[in-house]
Amino acid sequence: MKPVIEVEGLSKRYYRGRAGNSNSTLREALMNVFTAGRGRPEGQAPSQSSEFWALREIGFSVREGEVVGVIGSNGAGKSTLLKVLSRITEPTAGTVTLRGRMASLLEVGTGFHPELTGRENIFLNGTILGMSRQEIARKFDEIVAFAEIGDFLDTPVKHYSSGMYVRLAFAVSANLAPDILVVDEVLAVGDVSFQKKCLGKMSEVSSQGRTVLFVSHNMAAVENLCQRGIVLRQGRLVFDGAAKDAIQSYLSGISAGASGVTHRINLQGPGQRQRHYTEILREMQLLDGSGTPLTAPLSMGQPMQLAIDAHFARPVRDVEIGVGFDSIFGQRLVTYTTALDANWPGGNFTGAHRFLCRIPELPLTAGEYRLKVFARTSGVVLDAVENACQLQVVESDMFGTGNQPYGAFAGRSSWRLAVPEDADHLELLNG
Amino acid sequence: MPMANCEGEKKSMGTSNAEMCLEGSPEKAREEHVIRARSGWQPVHFRELWYYRGVLYIMAWRDIKLRYRQTVLGGAWAVLQPLLAMLIFTVFFGRVGRFQSGDTPYAIFAYAGLLPWTFFSNAVTLSSNSLLGNQALVSKVYFPRLFIPLGAIGALLLDLLVGLGLAFVLLFYYHRPLYLTLLLLPFFMVAAVGASAGVGLVLAALNVRYRDVKYVVPFLVQMGMFVTPIIYPVNVAPAWTRPILALNPMTGVVLGFRYALLGEGMDWALTAGSLAVALVLFVGSVFLFRRMEVEFGDVI
Repeated sequence: MKPVIEVEGLSKRYYRGRAGNSNSTLREALMNVFTAGRGRPEGQAPSQSSEFWALREIGFSVREGEVVGVIGSNGAGKSTLLKVLSRITEPTAGTVTLRGRMASLLEVGTGFHPELTGRENIFLNGTILGMSRQEIARKFDEIVAFAEIGDFLDTPVKHYSSGMYVRLAFAVSANLAPDILVVDEVLAVGDVSFQKKCLGKMSEVSSQGRTVLFVSHNMAAVENLCQRGIVLRQGRLVFDGAAKDAIQSYLSGISAGASGVTHRINLQGPGQRQRHYTEILREMQLLDGSGTPLTAPLSMGQPMQLAIDAHFARPVRDVEIGVGFDSIFGQRLVTYTTALDANWPGGNFTGAHRFLCRIPELPLTAGEYRLKVFARTSGVVLDAVENACQLQVVESDMFGTGNQPYGAFAGRSSWRLAVPEDADHLELLNG
Repeated sequence: MPMANCEGEKKSMGTSNAEMCLEGSPEKAREEHVIRARSGWQPVHFRELWYYRGVLYIMAWRDIKLRYRQTVLGGAWAVLQPLLAMLIFTVFFGRVGRFQSGDTPYAIFAYAGLLPWTFFSNAVTLSSNSLLGNQALVSKVYFPRLFIPLGAIGALLLDLLVGLGLAFVLLFYYHRPLYLTLLLLPFFMVAAVGASAGVGLVLAALNVRYRDVKYVVPFLVQMGMFVTPIIYPVNVAPAWTRPILALNPMTGVVLGFRYALLGEGMDWALTAGSLAVALVLFVGSVFLFRRMEVEFGDVI
């Protein structure tokens, strides 16, 4: 069976600082008409430096029923790719072959008009997205039910709350029945429960054998929804494979691009610590759960390990080694030390030692954190390196729900409905 | 640099296929669609236009719904626009200027001309701004771009029909008979749409890149009023103006409306020339629009 989407050698060129590719003002156009006979002055030839390729030689194909996530940082070419696939912009070179009816959702509520009522907008939006009038009429009740707008059906949408607006917009889109669905970031809107509903609807769509191309910054959603991932970097396709690996490839790409992110942190040298401290701490390595160097940001909820090299010039009794995680505002969030491990044998140390710390699940939500490393003996600080390094934690689907936690910490919980057997206990609490 | 373009090749497109897709039937015939870079003049894909016809309808419907929303007088504006213009011109030119409109009262003479002209001037103004006014659509979803300005023009047909109703009231008021020439009216209404689209499509496409158009349109419409025999009979125009009148795509439409409604003597040579210009303009503007359309998504 032929692939549903076939992209070959797709390139798209833009010119910087100019809209499009030719004369951008009428005056310029007229001037060119007059100067055309005499040829263009040298300086006016389109300079090579002003052009840039938003997409360069992209090639991939998608089989029927696949759900593919397209990831990449801003400016990597994701949106341009979607725009070419949706026929909004034309490629400079290459071909795209689409087999089947395609609908693209580059935003929810395309064409929604604030002055029109919910009912009117359903027909307007549905038609623009490619549904026939009969189709919309048949799905009308389903759309209204999904959107939960009830009594507001005949109210102009300008009076809707933003939540209602988004729900209605997504409801129309979700009831499209294309063979190929191209979705851009629509899940970035709406409240959590609605996002959940949208995710559910999308996996329903894919389970019906439809092909979905999904562009998002929400790694949790990509991980949850897609089997396969495509990574774009500076207009080129740099990875095509399993979604989990694609996310990893994307994340390592970010950190490689970031300045000086390394898993090996030198703790030696002046300026790292206050003068009166003894230089005990030498080096720290950031490792992932399996002990391989952590060169990418850490995914939320993942295990990590730290290897701290210390050198004791003279014997030290009851050594305590620890690391603290501070917010970028300097607030201590969590501290891990040998003193907080019941199984740590303790002891006196001389010479070089490597301390290995395993953190089964870092409870911090996505963000930047600063690490502080210290060595103490019976409560007295011997050595401490403030701001030893920064650690970036990125979103992941750690709960398997596609939802992200809020707050500083990512904690697990389990929920159930109370049953009569719980009554005694509850009364006890009330009493 | 070559302009990029996209070519839609659709096999077995149509509502029936859409229905099949909906049911998810496994053996449905797949439409195949190839997107590739192309440049220059583009053919008009009638099949695609037919497939998306619902969009043209909904765009016109939306404009009608919106036009008079939150106005006190609502749909009455469709009648008031040509009526007020008629009153003004009747006072100034019928009384003061003393234009000879034969045995036809000047009021209905002017109204019969103002009716298609009001349609034309509104159509040109609205359609030339239509792409910019629907930027969100142009940059977020695909359907034939022609339908955006054409929808704006289509919505004005309702106003034209309402205005026509008033024309019959006026004819009745002035005890005028109806002539058999009235049967030609639908033809001249089609010509009015063609002439409006001929000018509107070009301006709409140019407006995407050159925002100068916005300032040009009001002048164009104002000037057009004087080089079209709306407020004066065509026989008072000096002979040297005839080529100008013949090149004006609206001359034929205005004369035609008057002929159909008032049974006036008809200047067929002038009308035929003008209608031919309108036809050429319409076809040319569709192709120019198609040619420029490829860059709308990038430029708008």
